Amino acid sequence: MTAMLDIKDLRAYYGQVQALHGMEFHLSEGSMTTLLGANGAGKTTTLRAICNMVRSTGTIQFEGRPLTGKSTENIVRLGIAHVPQGRGTFTTMTVEENLQLGAISRKDTKAISSDIERMYDHFPVLKQRHTQQAGTLSGGEQQMLAVARALMLRPRLMLLDEPSFGLAPLVVRDLFKILGKINREDKVSILVVEQNAQLALEIADKAYVIETGRIVMSGTASEIASNEAVRKSYLGY
Amino acid sequence: MELFINQVLAGIATGAIYACMALAIVMIFQAIDHLNFAQGEMAMFSTFIAWQLMQWGVPYWWAFLLTLAISFVAGIVIERLLFKPLAKAPILTNVAGFIALYAIINSVAGLIWDFTIKQFPSPFGSSPFLGSQLISTHQAGMIGVTIALLIALFFFFRFTRIGLAMRAAATLPESARLVGINTSWMIALGWGMASAIGAIAGILIAPVVFLEPNMMLGILLYGFAAAVLGGLTSPLGAVIGGFLVGVFENLVGTYIPGVGNELKLPIALALIVIVLVVKPTGLMGHTVVKRV
Ligand SMILES: Nc1ncnc2c1ncn2[C@@H]1O[C@H](COP(=O)(O)OP(=O)(O)O)[C@@H](O)[C@H]1O
Ligand SMILES: [Mg+2]
Repeated sequence: MTAMLDIKDLRAYYGQVQALHGMEFHLSEGSMTTLLGANGAGKTTTLRAICNMVRSTGTIQFEGRPLTGKSTENIVRLGIAHVPQGRGTFTTMTVEENLQLGAISRKDTKAISSDIERMYDHFPVLKQRHTQQAGTLSGGEQQMLAVARALMLRPRLMLLDEPSFGLAPLVVRDLFKILGKINREDKVSILVVEQNAQLALEIADKAYVIETGRIVMSGTASEIASNEAVRKSYLGY
Repeated sequence: MELFINQVLAGIATGAIYACMALAIVMIFQAIDHLNFAQGEMAMFSTFIAWQLMQWGVPYWWAFLLTLAISFVAGIVIERLLFKPLAKAPILTNVAGFIALYAIINSVAGLIWDFTIKQFPSPFGSSPFLGSQLISTHQAGMIGVTIALLIALFFFFRFTRIGLAMRAAATLPESARLVGINTSWMIALGWGMASAIGAIAGILIAPVVFLEPNMMLGILLYGFAAAVLGGLTSPLGAVIGGFLVGVFENLVGTYIPGVGNELKLPIALALIVIVLVVKPTGLMGHTVVKRV
């Protein structure tokens, strides 16, 4: 079986500075995979490289098709939703407009309003605030909105960049619970990047650890979680 | 009192034109962070196209619509050919691009239609509006068409998917790409719309100022003043700025002795400078936060 997302020898550059040094990993359909690593390890760069938002070489295949040379918007249109670091919320627009934007590239416009209702079921707080400017939402609510906006694409793969960042532990638990539900019920494969390794390992089935732009460890989430040496040296808990 | 009301209404009428120009300027500024110095020349050229079509016997409103369509396409073509390649170039390169565009359009218009002034018809006539000496039918028409345009634009940006996509691309291009919006084409579309809006302004003002290649120079300056006054980042601000500048111009010209037509342009420039010094974000604009 071929992997849904297959990455080989991925190198990425910011100007002259090389940030990824031959990353190799894959993600199978339906899985929830986590990419762990310290600050500056190259997690964000990896996700940005998948969406062609940073200069990179190597091969990235999505459902058997190479993404090389495709523009960000065309990669997204293949069904890859990316919740970026910092969330990328359209803060001057309303919550509902943000959700509409998530579905802006879809052709099946009839199904959009029922999908918005489904998002309100997943995230009831968004329903209460649907006419409010997104910038007035709390950090946790904005992260919910970012996930909901990504789901409005009806993606097959969702990339999440540190969704727990800056959120209270209880909010993070809630969010991860919903992510697990989306992964199981809506059959969305998820690649989640985290510094908060403990929680990510609880919900993920597969895990990779990266350090300075290279994969240094991989295994099932429970293997990684139970490996004390890895935990101490790379995950810091 | 009658003179005052008369001047205010006339100010609103020319203000409508400034509002259109300011709106066109703001639409492009929001998309690419540059001021289109050639906006006035593009509008002038569009007006010549309308004039030419009418010379060929096309009825006024058909010429009007056809000119809008041509201007829309031309705006897109200009963006694709000239400014898309300059997207990542330094500011000065872009400024040079705009000045080149200005000079090219101006001289090509002079070459085709020469520099003598031409009469431009008004579909509204110039009789007193509703029997009142306060405002002419053409002035009322200018106000009416502009308001209809503004309402149409409001609905477009508020309630259509493509309008929403254009707003998203202008406010947060990176996030817009991440929801699948082709931001580059949104910029081109913005150029097309700005060009068509400028065409409306040119066609409406031409019966007042006469048609010639330099007709839009002063009007563009007032459009800039309006855009700056409204805050370059706010379309609504640009429109309000347009009307305010129009009224201001007329009242100053009427009540301050010695300010004739010659001093009106320096006043527009002074207004721009004052706003930039006192309140750089304008009446409705917000500070643009740039990541460096
Ligand atoms: N815009 C940038 N310009 C230059 N270097 C960058 C930029 N963004 C990230 N880097 C560098 O690339 C490396 C990986 O960064 P990043 O992918 O953001 O790490 P992480 O998301 O794991 O914290 C770091 O060394 C960082 O300094
Ligand atoms: Mg990061």
